[in-house]
Amino acid sequence: MTLSIDDARWHPIASSDDLPFRHVFHGQLLGRELAVWRADDGNVNIWENRCLHRGVRLSIGINEGGELKCQYHGWRYANRSAGCTYIPAHPADAPARRIQNRTYPVREAFGLVWSAPSENAAFPDLPPAGAGTWLPLRPMPVNVAPEDVAAGLAKAFDAESPDSLTVRAGDAVYFVQPVDAGRSVIRGLIADPRTDTLALLRDRNRLLVKLRDRLERSAARKPAPAPLQPTYEKVSAELATMPDIAVPHGGTMIVVVKRKWQTARGVTGFELADRSGSHLPTFQPGAHIDVHLPNGLVRQYSITNGPGELLSYVVGVKREEVSKGGSHALADSVREGDLLTISEPRNNFPLRRDATRTVLVAAGIGITPILSMARFLDKSDLPYELHYFVRDADAAAFRDRLNALRGKVTVHDALARDAIRQTIGEALGRWSFAQHVYICGPGSMLEMVRALAADLDWPDEAVHFEYFRNDRVIDDSSSFEIELARSAMTLQVPAGKTILEVMREAGVTVLSSCEQGACGTCMTTVIEGEVDHQDVYLNESEKRANKAIMTCVSRAKSARLVLDI
Amino acid sequence: MKSDKLIDPVTRDLWQVIAAAEEVPIGAVETTLLLDTPIALTRDGEGQPVVWLRTVEEAGDEIDADEIVERLPVLVRYGYVWTSLGNPPPDIFPIPEYAEPDRKNMSCGSIGVNVSAPRAVENFLDMGHFPYVHTDILGAEPHTEVKEYDVEVSEERDEVLATRCRFFQPRAALSATEGIEVEYVYRVPHPFCSVLYKSCPEDESRRDVIAIFLQPMTQDRCRAHLLQSMVDSVSTITELRRFQQTIFGQDKPILENQMPRRLPLDPRAETPIRADKSAIAYRRWLSRKGIAYGVIPQAG
Repeated sequence: MTLSIDDARWHPIASSDDLPFRHVFHGQLLGRELAVWRADDGNVNIWENRCLHRGVRLSIGINEGGELKCQYHGWRYANRSAGCTYIPAHPADAPARRIQNRTYPVREAFGLVWSAPSENAAFPDLPPAGAGTWLPLRPMPVNVAPEDVAAGLAKAFDAESPDSLTVRAGDAVYFVQPVDAGRSVIRGLIADPRTDTLALLRDRNRLLVKLRDRLERSAARKPAPAPLQPTYEKVSAELATMPDIAVPHGGTMIVVVKRKWQTARGVTGFELADRSGSHLPTFQPGAHIDVHLPNGLVRQYSITNGPGELLSYVVGVKREEVSKGGSHALADSVREGDLLTISEPRNNFPLRRDATRTVLVAAGIGITPILSMARFLDKSDLPYELHYFVRDADAAAFRDRLNALRGKVTVHDALARDAIRQTIGEALGRWSFAQHVYICGPGSMLEMVRALAADLDWPDEAVHFEYFRNDRVIDDSSSFEIELARSAMTLQVPAGKTILEVMREAGVTVLSSCEQGACGTCMTTVIEGEVDHQDVYLNESEKRANKAIMTCVSRAKSARLVLDI
Repeated sequence: MKSDKLIDPVTRDLWQVIAAAEEVPIGAVETTLLLDTPIALTRDGEGQPVVWLRTVEEAGDEIDADEIVERLPVLVRYGYVWTSLGNPPPDIFPIPEYAEPDRKNMSCGSIGVNVSAPRAVENFLDMGHFPYVHTDILGAEPHTEVKEYDVEVSEERDEVLATRCRFFQPRAALSATEGIEVEYVYRVPHPFCSVLYKSCPEDESRRDVIAIFLQPMTQDRCRAHLLQSMVDSVSTITELRRFQQTIFGQDKPILENQMPRRLPLDPRAETPIRADKSAIAYRRWLSRKGIAYGVIPQAG
C-alpha cells in the first residue's frame, strides 16, 4: 500500500523517554514536522512545528511547563489548546484574536507516544505482554520507504507479510513510523523478560542495525521516492490582516460544576469543566468569564488558573450581603454536577510580562484575577510580590494555591486603614522604569492605591485595575437620534433615557444584564456616528475604535448613531 | 537553461551583490552562485572586477582577465561587487553617508544562510526579536515592547521606509556603555537589500549606518553581505566587525529554522501583528513589483 499524507492510522512518533522534564522533541510523521512536549501536568502536546507568527520551528522553543515559548519573539502558547496567551511586542494588550496553532491527536501507550492525523482511526490493540510489560527497543531510523521496511522486517523475523506497517514476530511487535516517503523509524516492543533485559536489548539492536544496513544498501539501487508534500493550513482571514481593533462577540458554552467547596469564610470555589472532558478555550491571566445564572442574571468571575491549566476553570464567588441576586444564586442553588452556561474568557485586565517588578494587590474576593497573574509570573520566574488584604485569617481564599507560589506572598489580616495604607506604600516604593502594579478589590481600596501610587510618581499606565462595577456617574443629558439598520427604525433618544430603554419601548428585543455598563451583554455594533462611551467594559483602544457601544449607559456625541440591530 | 524559468524578469534585471570587492583576488578565479546560475569573478591588473557565467573554471585557477570576452555587467558600490543577469539600471540605490570622510566603512563578512533572501531582509527589519535573539546586546527581557512606528512606501524612491522606530537596548553598539532607547530608521531600497540608521552613541546629531545586501543563490539559500558605516573614533575595524558578526551569528540559526524557507506573500500564510507593519509593507511591495524569486507568490 502506498503511503499518503492523509494516512489515517495511528503511528508511534517518539518514546516516552524522549520527553523529559521541560524538553521539546522534534518529531516527524508523514512528511510533517512536529513539536512534541510534555507539560508539567503530564499532558503530551503534539503541534505543527511552526510558530504561526513567522514560521520558526517550535521544537527550538522553550518548554516553560505550562506554556511553550517561541525562540524568535517570545510568543507563548498554552498547554493543550496551543492558543497564544502572550505577545511580548505588545505587552499591554491581550492577544484578542484567536491565534491557535495546529494540534494533532496524542496517545501514550506501551512506552511510546502516538499520533494520527485525526482521532477517528482505531488505536492499535496490543495483547498483554505475557506476564510482564512491553519494553520499547531502541528506535532505529532507516532511510528506506516505510512499506519496504515493513516487508524487510517480516522477512528478517520470519513473520507473516504485513498488511500494514506493523509486524508481529514472536515475542516482539515492530511498528514502522512513516517519517516520509523514503524515511522510517523502526519502533519495536518486546515482552520484558525481567532478567537480562540489557542483553536482550543489545541483541535486538544488533539485528536491527544489520537489517537497516541491508535495506539501505538495497534502497540505494532504486530511485528515491518523492518526499511527501505537506501543506500548511492558512490562518483565518481575520488573523491575516493587521486588525482594526474589533470587539469580539464571544460564544457561550455549557460546563459542568465539577467541584464546589468552601475556600474561605463566605467564599465558595467552583471548578467548571467541559462535559466531555475536553480542554476549555485559551485564557490569559486577568481574564474573566460571564456566568449565566439559573435566575437569568449574568455575572462576571475571574479565572484563577495558572498557565496551561485548561481542563477546568476555577472561580471564586463571594456571598455578598447586599446582592442583586447573583452571588446568592451561585453559592446557594448551584450544586456539583449542575450545568452552567458560561462565555468564552474575555480579558480586560491583561498582565504585562515585561516588568522588572510587579506588585499585586488584592483585597477580599479581588484575589481571583491576582492569583492567576501570580501563578503566571511564578512559572516564568518573573519578579513579583503579592499583598492580599483580608478582614481576618479565615477570610483568605485559595490558601493552598497561594502557598504553592514561590514569590513573596503576604496575607495581611485585620489591618486598620492606616496600616493598609502604609503597607501598600512600602510595597509600591518610588516608581522606577518598567514597574507595574495591579489592583483588584473594592472601590475604596482601588482609590487608595491609585492615590498612593500617584504620590510615589507612578504614572497612570503603570497602575492597572479592573472594574466589575461601574461607579462613574452617568451623564444622560444628551439627546440624539438612533437608526437601527437591520430593524429599519429611526428613534429619538431624549435626555434622561438610555438607548436600551428607547429600543425596548419601540418593541425591539435586546439582551441586557447589569445595565450599568460593566458586563457587555448589551454590546451592539456601531455602523455610523460617534459614541460617547460611559461604560467600563470596553478598554481604551476599543473605545477609540468606535466600533461597539453598551446601549445601557453609553450615548452619542454625534447627532445620529447607526446601530447594527 | 532550466533556471531561466525560475527567475522573474524584475529580479533578473536587478543589480545583485556577489562579493566584497577587496576580497576578490587579482588574477585568480573566485566562484559563486547567483539565482541558480554558476558565476565566476576575478580582478584584472588594475584591480577592476570582472564577472562572467562560469563554465569550466574552478575556484583558485589562475586567469588572465583580458581573455574573458563575454562579461556580465559590473558595478562596485559600498565596498561590494554587484552584477546582473539581465539589463540593470544605470546605478543602484544611494547611501550618501558612505561618502562622509570621517566614517569607518567596512565589510563585515559574507555569510551563507539556508533561507531565502527575502526572509533575511524581513528579519533585518524586525525589532521584536531583539530581546530573544540578541539577548543583552540589542534587547533584553523584560523590555520587549515594540512601540508604534510609521511605515510608508516612497513612490519617488520606490522603497519601503520605516521611521520613528524605537527600542530599549542594553548595549546598542560597541561604543554604548549603558542601556538606552535607540531610534532606528529602516529602508528597503532593493528587494534583497536593507539599510538601517540608528542613534549614534558618540554623536547625537548623526546616525550609524548598517546595511545587509543579500545575494540570492537559490530560491531558499542566500549569502548575507554586511556593511557598517560608523561614527566611532574609539573602536578598531576588527572590533566593529566582530560585533556585527556576533549579531548576525545569532540571527542565522533562527533564519535557518523558518518554515517554509521562501517568504510567503499570501497574507493568510502567517499571523502579523502591529509590530510587523514594516514586514507587511515589504511583502506587499514585493507582491506589487512581481518578485517571484525566493518567495511563495500569492495564488490567483
